[in-house]
Amino acid sequence: MSAPYAKLPAWVDYGLIPLINLAVAFIVAGLVVLLVGENPFRAAAILVEGAFGRGQGIAFTLYYATTFIFSGLSVAVAFHCGLFNIGGEGQGYIAGLGIAIACLALDSILPWWALFPIAIAAAALFGALWALIPAWLQAKRGSHIVITTIMFNFIAASVMVYMLVDVIKPPGSMAPQTRLFLEGAQLPRLNWLIEMFGLGRIRSAPFNISFILALAMAWLVWLLIWRTRLGYEMRTYGFSPKAARYAGISETRIIIVAMMISGALAGMMALNPTMGDQHNVALDFVSGAGFVGIAVALMGRSHPVGIILAALLFGMLYQGGAELSFEMPNISRDMIVIIQGLVILFAGALEHMFRPAIQTLFASFSPRSVGMTEGKGA
Amino acid sequence: MDVFNIVIQTLDSTIRLSVPLLLACLAGLYSERSGIFDIGLEGKMLAGAFASAAAASVFHSAWLGLGMGILISVGLALVHGFASITHRGNQIVSGVAINFIAAGSTIILGQAWFQQGGRTPALAPSERFEAITFPGATALREVPVLGPIYAELISGHSLLVYVAFLAVPFTWWVLFRTRFGLRLRAVGENPAAVDTAGISVEWLRYRAVICTGVLTGIAGAYLAMVQNAGFVKDMTAGKGFIALAALIFAKWKPVNAMFACLLFGFLDALSIRLQGSPLPFIGRVPAQFMQALPYVLTVVLLAGFIGKAIPPKAGGVPYVKER
Amino acid sequence: MAKAAIELVGINKSFGPVHANRDINLEVAKGSIHGIVGENGAGKSTLMSILYGFYQADSGEIRVGGKPASIRSSNDAIAAGIGMVHQHFMLVDNFTVLENVILGAESNALLNSSIAKARSELLRLEREYGLQVNPDALVEELPVGLQQRVEILKALYRGAEILILDEPTGVLTPAEADHLFRILKQLKEQGKTVVLITHKLREIMAVTDTVSVMRQGTVVATRETARTTVEELAELMVGRRVLLRVQKDAATPGEVKLSVRNLVVKDSRGVTMVNDVSFDVRAGEIVGIAGVAGNGQSELLEAIAGIRHAVSGSVLLDGKPLDTTGPADPAKLRKRGLAHVPEDRHHVGLVLAFEENENSILGYHGQPRYRKGPLLDVSEILADAKDKIEKYDIRPPNPRLKTANFSGGNQQKIVLAREMEQDPTVLVVGQPTRGVDVGAIEFIHRRLIAMRDAGKAVLLVSVELDEIRALSDRILVMFDGRIVGERGPDASEAELGLLMAGIEQKETVA
Repeated sequence: MSAPYAKLPAWVDYGLIPLINLAVAFIVAGLVVLLVGENPFRAAAILVEGAFGRGQGIAFTLYYATTFIFSGLSVAVAFHCGLFNIGGEGQGYIAGLGIAIACLALDSILPWWALFPIAIAAAALFGALWALIPAWLQAKRGSHIVITTIMFNFIAASVMVYMLVDVIKPPGSMAPQTRLFLEGAQLPRLNWLIEMFGLGRIRSAPFNISFILALAMAWLVWLLIWRTRLGYEMRTYGFSPKAARYAGISETRIIIVAMMISGALAGMMALNPTMGDQHNVALDFVSGAGFVGIAVALMGRSHPVGIILAALLFGMLYQGGAELSFEMPNISRDMIVIIQGLVILFAGALEHMFRPAIQTLFASFSPRSVGMTEGKGA
Repeated sequence: MDVFNIVIQTLDSTIRLSVPLLLACLAGLYSERSGIFDIGLEGKMLAGAFASAAAASVFHSAWLGLGMGILISVGLALVHGFASITHRGNQIVSGVAINFIAAGSTIILGQAWFQQGGRTPALAPSERFEAITFPGATALREVPVLGPIYAELISGHSLLVYVAFLAVPFTWWVLFRTRFGLRLRAVGENPAAVDTAGISVEWLRYRAVICTGVLTGIAGAYLAMVQNAGFVKDMTAGKGFIALAALIFAKWKPVNAMFACLLFGFLDALSIRLQGSPLPFIGRVPAQFMQALPYVLTVVLLAGFIGKAIPPKAGGVPYVKER
Repeated sequence: MAKAAIELVGINKSFGPVHANRDINLEVAKGSIHGIVGENGAGKSTLMSILYGFYQADSGEIRVGGKPASIRSSNDAIAAGIGMVHQHFMLVDNFTVLENVILGAESNALLNSSIAKARSELLRLEREYGLQVNPDALVEELPVGLQQRVEILKALYRGAEILILDEPTGVLTPAEADHLFRILKQLKEQGKTVVLITHKLREIMAVTDTVSVMRQGTVVATRETARTTVEELAELMVGRRVLLRVQKDAATPGEVKLSVRNLVVKDSRGVTMVNDVSFDVRAGEIVGIAGVAGNGQSELLEAIAGIRHAVSGSVLLDGKPLDTTGPADPAKLRKRGLAHVPEDRHHVGLVLAFEENENSILGYHGQPRYRKGPLLDVSEILADAKDKIEKYDIRPPNPRLKTANFSGGNQQKIVLAREMEQDPTVLVVGQPTRGVDVGAIEFIHRRLIAMRDAGKAVLLVSVELDEIRALSDRILVMFDGRIVGERGPDASEAELGLLMAGIEQKETVA
C-alpha cells in the first residue's frame, strides 16, 4: 500500500519544485560565499555580468555549455533506460583517443568539414565501446553499472596517461599531449554569430561549431526518446523492467544499446575542447565535464530542453566563475564544483524533500486540484 | 642496496600507502553492511583531511586536528544519511553530490582562510602524529633479517597506522561479537526482519553512517597529518574509490578488507618503486598498468569471473515499511 | 468458558477510500486455536497487522489478557506477548538460526551470553514442543518448513503467549503442513493461544477449535469448528453476492487453438508451482481456471504467455509448439496471435508513468502501422488510442493523460482494448476485474463473451468464483499446482469451493 504522491499540477512538478530545489542549492552556495567573507549578492552580480555582460563572456559561456549539453544528454539517455552512467568522464576521455587518431592521421589531408564527421564518428565509437563493457557486464553478469563505470573512469585515466606519455607524444616533447592539430582538424569558431548581435568584438573565445552539433544531438535525443521504437523500449524498461519483459523487449539488448548511445554522446563531448579549443589532445582535457553532466541531467529532468537550459546555467557558472575569481580572489572556479554538488544533492538525492510541504500548501489553497492518484487496487 | 632491503622498503611503503585505503574501506564496510551504499567515501576523506590539517595548524594540536577531521566527515556522513535514510533519496546521487561538495569547498575555504592556493600551512612536527619507535627498535636494527623487520615494518609508524590496523580486528569483533554488529548485518540483508523485531531501521542505519564518518575522518587526518604535512587540494586522488573497490574485493569482510587494501597498497608501492626500471622476465611494466590494476581486478571480480562478490542484499534500496 | 487471550472491540481501518476493516469484534479464548478464514482482500492481514503494531486502527480497542493494550509498534506487540509468523518470513538468510532467534532480543551489548542463553533455550523448546532445528545452520540452507520453524522459535523465545500465523501453509508441502499442525496442537496443550489465518478450509477443519469468517472487511460469523461444516464456511466466505449474470448463448467450440501438455513450472526458489498440467482451449469457448490464489494459476498463465520459462512440457498454439523451456519471447507469441491480459496491470500490463496512448501500443509498438519511416507515427498512435477509448468507453477520453491518473477500471480497459483489438486467435486473461468497479466489470464481461462469440479461444484465470462461473463454458479447478477437476458452467458454488479447498471427491474425473 505505498501511498502514491498526490497529484500536483504539471507546472508545479516540472517548474516550481525544480526551481525551489535549485534555489535552495544556490542559497547554500551563498552561505559558503558568506563563509569566505564575501557578499553573495555581489558575487552573483559579478558572475552574471562575467557570463553575459559582453560578447566575449557569452562566447565562453556557450563554449562551456556545449560540452555540458553532450555530457548531460549522455547521462539522460541512460537515465531514461533506468541506468546510471557515471562513466561519462572516462568515455569522453577515451574518445579523445579516437579523435587523436582521426585528426593526427588526416588533418594534413582533409579540410575540417570532411574531417569533422570522421572525428565525430571516431569519438562516438570510442565512447560507445568504453561503455559497452560495463553495459555487457550489467546485462549478462549483473555487475552494478555504477561501480563498473566508476572503475572504468579510472582505467580510462590510466590508459590515456599511458597512450599520451608512451605512445602518442611526439618524440622530443616533454608535455604529455599530441602535437598541435593542423588546420584540417581545427573547428571553425562561431564567434561571429555573437558579434552579429552587436555584442562587441570577441578576441579569442573558443566558441565553435560543435555547439551546433550539440543542439542537433539534443534534438536527435528528443527524437530518439519520444519518437522512436528504441526510445519507447528504453523508457518502458526504465520505468518497469517487468512491463518491458511483458512487452517482449530484450533486457540485454536494451541495456547495451542504451549504454552505447550514452557512451557515444559522452564521447562527442571530447570534440569541443580538443578540436574546438586546444587543437590537441592533452592529459586531463575532460577535467570533470563528464561529472557535470550528472548535475545537468538531474536539473534538466532528463529532457533535452531542460538539459540545454541547465547546460547554459553551468556554462554561465564556469565562465562567470572565472571572472569572479579575478574580482574576488577568495572565490576560485572551484565554487562551481560546490554548486554542482549542491545541485546534485537538492535536485537529485533530495528532490522530494519539499514535496510534502508543497502538497499541503496546495491542498490548503485549493483542495480540489490535489486529487489522489488511484491507489493500488486490492 | 641488496634485495632484502628493497623488499623491506617496498613492504614498508606498502603499509603506509594502504593505511588510508584500509580506513576508508572499513568506513565503507559499516555503511554498506547496513544497506547504505556509499560512493562518497572519497569526499568525506577529503573533507576530513582538510578539516584536520586546518584545525591542526590553527590550534597547533594534532589531536584537535584529528577531532575536527572526524567531526566534519561525520557531518557529511549525516547529510548522506539524511538524503538516503530519512528522505529515501538515491544513494548513488547523494554520494556523488558529497564528493563534489567536498572537492569544491576544501579548495574554496582553504584559499579563503590560508591564502596558499588551496593548501593549508605546512604542519610542524608537533602538529602531526609522529612515528612511534618501539622499545629496542634501534638496538635490534642490526640483527639480521628480524632486526630490520622489527625496526622498519613493525616499529616506526605513526599512531594512526596502528589505529588503522587495530581497527580491523575491532571491526570484526563489533560485527560478529556485538549486538550492534548483529543488527547492522541484519539491517543490510533484510530490514523488514529488523523492523518486525522491534528495532528502528532508521536509527540503526544512522549509527552505521556515523561509524563511516568517523573512519573516513581518521583516513583524511592520516593523509593530511601523517603522510603529508598539510592539506593539498584533491589529495585523496581517487583513494576513496580504490577503497570502494577493495571493499567489493573483500566481499564486505573486515579481514579480507585488510588484505585487499594491502594488495592495492602493494601495487601502488611497486609502481612507485618500478618507475622506469624493468622487471625480470616481464620487461618494463608501465606504471599506469599497476595503477589500473585494482580497478581491473574489481571489475573482473564484480563480473563473477573469479568468485562472486555478493553485496548486502538490501544495499541501495531505501526501506519503506510495507506489508 | 476460558478467559479471552485477545479481544478486539469495534476495530476500524481505512486506506483512503478502501474500508479494509469495518467494526470488527473478535474474541480469542486463551489456550485455543482460533482460525480466521476469508478470501483474498477480506481484511484478514490488515487485522493481524493492527494486532502486531504495523498499522494503527482508526478506532476500536485491543485487549490482551483482559487488559486494554496500546499496540503502536512491533515492540509493543512483543511486550504484550504476541508473536507473529509472517507469510513472507522475516529472517536474515545468511544468519544462523541462533543469530536469527536472538536478533532484537539480545540480553546485552555482547553476543556471547545471548547466544549461550538462546542455545539452551532452544534445547528446552525442542524438548517441550518437538521444534527440532540445528541452531548453527544457516537459514538459507534450511528447507522452507524449517525456516518457518525458526520463525515460530523466534516468537517463543521472545516469550510469546499468543502466536499469530499468517497463511503458514502457503509455502509448505502437505507433509510439512501436517507437521506444523501437530506443533500447533502441542503449543495449545502447553497453554499457548494460536491464531491461524488461512483461506484453506481443510486446515481450519483440521486444527482449529473456533473459526471466524471474514468477508469484505467484516467478521460475518464465528463458529465452533466442531459444529460447522466446510460447506457452511465456504458459503459464509463467499457470501450471497449479487449474482453476476451475463447474457450469453451456448458456446459452439471449434477446433483446438491452445493446448497445454504436461507443463511443469517452478518459481524462483525452485518450488514447483505448476505440476504436470494438461488441457485444451478451443476456438469459441471460454475455459476458466478457478482456484484459491497461489495455487499455480499465475505461473501457468505466465508460462503460456511467454514471460516465465517452463521446466518441462509443451504449449501448442494453433497446433504448432511454442518453445516454452528456452528463453521465452512474448513478442514472437504476439505475432502468432496470442494476446495476454496480465494479472498485475500496475507493474506488468501497463507503464503507469506513460501516457494512455503509449500504453495502448505496449507490446505491439513494433508493428508497421505505428511506424512512419524510422520514427513512431505519433498521430496514428493517438488516432488509434482515441479509437479504442471510444470503443471501450475509457474515461476520461484523453489519450495524452498519464495512465496513473485513470481509475482501476479504466486502466484495465486500456489493457483489454489493446489486447482485444489485435484480433488474436487466443486470448489469455488473468484477473480481468481485480480492483475494478461494478460498472466496468459488466462491460469487461460482455467484451470477453463477445471475443468468445467471435471465435476466439479464451483462457480465463480468476480467483473470483462468480466470475469464473458466469463466463466459463468449462471450468478447471487448480489446487496445489495441479488441475484437480473439470466441471461444467452449472457446477454449484459449494462443489467448486470444495475442489478449490483441495478436498477430494470420489467422482472427480478430469
